[in-house]
Amino acid sequence: MSDLVVRAEGLRKRFGRTQALEGVDLAVRRGTVLGMLGPNGAGKTTTVRILATLLRPDAGSAQVADVDVLRHPDRVRRLIGLTGQYASVDEDLTGRQNLVLIGQLLDLPGRDARRRAEELLDWFGLSAAARRPAKTYSGGMRRRLDLAASLVGRPEVIFLDEPTTGLDPAKREEMWGVVRAQVADGSSVLLTTQYLEEADALADEIVVVDGGRVIAHDTPEGLKRRVGGQRLLVRPADPARLPEVLKVLDDVAAPGMSAVLDTATGSRPGAATVPVTGDAVLGPVVAALAGAGVEVTELGLHLPSLDEVFFTLTGAPAGGADYDTPTTAKELV
Amino acid sequence: MTILDTAGPRAVRHRTARRGGPPVALARHAVALARRSLIKTLRTPEALIDVTLQPIIFLMMFTYLFGGAISDGDRHSYLQFLLPGILGQSLAMGGIALGQNLNADIEKGVFDRFRSLPISRSAPLVGAVAADIVRYLTVCVVILVAGAAMGFRIGTNPVATVAAVALAIGFGLSFCWLSVLVGMLVRSPGAVQGAMFMVIFPLSFGSNVFVPTSTLPGWLQAFVHVNPMTPLVATMRGLLVGGPVAGHLLPTLLWMAGFLVVLVPLALRAYSRRA
Repeated sequence: MSDLVVRAEGLRKRFGRTQALEGVDLAVRRGTVLGMLGPNGAGKTTTVRILATLLRPDAGSAQVADVDVLRHPDRVRRLIGLTGQYASVDEDLTGRQNLVLIGQLLDLPGRDARRRAEELLDWFGLSAAARRPAKTYSGGMRRRLDLAASLVGRPEVIFLDEPTTGLDPAKREEMWGVVRAQVADGSSVLLTTQYLEEADALADEIVVVDGGRVIAHDTPEGLKRRVGGQRLLVRPADPARLPEVLKVLDDVAAPGMSAVLDTATGSRPGAATVPVTGDAVLGPVVAALAGAGVEVTELGLHLPSLDEVFFTLTGAPAGGADYDTPTTAKELV
Repeated sequence: MTILDTAGPRAVRHRTARRGGPPVALARHAVALARRSLIKTLRTPEALIDVTLQPIIFLMMFTYLFGGAISDGDRHSYLQFLLPGILGQSLAMGGIALGQNLNADIEKGVFDRFRSLPISRSAPLVGAVAADIVRYLTVCVVILVAGAAMGFRIGTNPVATVAAVALAIGFGLSFCWLSVLVGMLVRSPGAVQGAMFMVIFPLSFGSNVFVPTSTLPGWLQAFVHVNPMTPLVATMRGLLVGGPVAGHLLPTLLWMAGFLVVLVPLALRAYSRRA
């Protein structure tokens, strides 16, 4: 059995005048998470839909567990679980009914389908809500039910298409826990996301996609080295104090780096950022700012945003200027 | 959080796939999906207005508002004539909701999940259509009960009545594939209704539903004679009120077969192209 549980080579797909995929290659190692990082319209969902047999590519080939996706879609469907970008559970059915239905469609005998549903409801903390229609669920509960539905058949490969988009940070961490547990359990995961933080938290390897192409393939560590790792951002209450803030930050900059005015958060100017090597710098910075009497409204460590990653990798903002990014209403929700 | 401290979902492995060839599997999956549609219907009873209140309104409107003028004051005779016609019209209208629901399902992404499962591509559509049996049965019961309250009397026998109901459900199940097809082609549930009305209004008014064909101008009679609603309603009249059946039944069955032969493959093709 091959070590690569998902393989895609040269996937191309065109929708009307939009070339969604321009030749995507990727591979997921058995028992690992591959993070697919990119902005809206980069081709993440199209790639997942092709691998999940929902869409045929114009060119290229793909295998899941050595089964050809184009030639034997039925066999591939027995191996995969798909969780879409927006929770695709049936809102009128209860949580339990949703899961039992999937079990029945997977040919589990009635008793097993019900037992499997209970098992997953319990596991995802949905037992108390099992008898309520899914439309009464919160966003986080829906995502969990959606993920549970994709696990009914104990798939070898799980496709997670932006599983945390729109969730608040606490719910996001909760979903991360679920994904990690799946991998610990032996599943392999292809995860798409718009957050470097999420890819960093979950993925063993990351491919960065833009305009239907893979523009980088690396480990999270390698990618962070290339885009500068953690940054410290400080926003003084009085923008006039920014020069002083820059000076303080320069003193803690990672080797070879210097503090700059923050450009990524364009809507609120008046902050300075600096690449740093770790959180040990926080104490000295806070002390220095307090010593100088600079009041701050924001001070924190963060990983580069998607925009910063793209700026570093391509020298252009995410979703480059050479094509139009189709944004559907669904993606905006 | 219970997620991390209980056994993983792969802890128990029991993949006891059931036996049976593809047709058996399709039937089993379609039944499971039909049950889903029925649960949804029961949860939103207001979705049944088009097969309960609406036929009653048509029945009362034509009997009491227009019936006197149409039949020269003999409303009872007109009700006997009208009721099988309203039944035919209501069956056609009753299928609209199916296309709307399927369209909404696709928009919401529910069908993506079904399409990623190892089931026949047609199972979700076949299941949804099968669940519509309940709606067509409801139409029959509602119209016969409301009609009886208004003075309609079945002029035949129970066997013929059951045959009429069976034919009604069969017609509903074959005609509704048009709604399924439209539901796969248009962008919104509202558009399904608009498109279906464009078809159903000419079929139900340009027919023998409301007035005898002989009262119509020649060019309109020509349309009435090629309208599938006409033999259906004529058969219904024969089975419920009395009169010839055989001559109308055959064309009705041929139309039903025609709907299935033409519309089912088109709907399945549109479905696999969609999304």
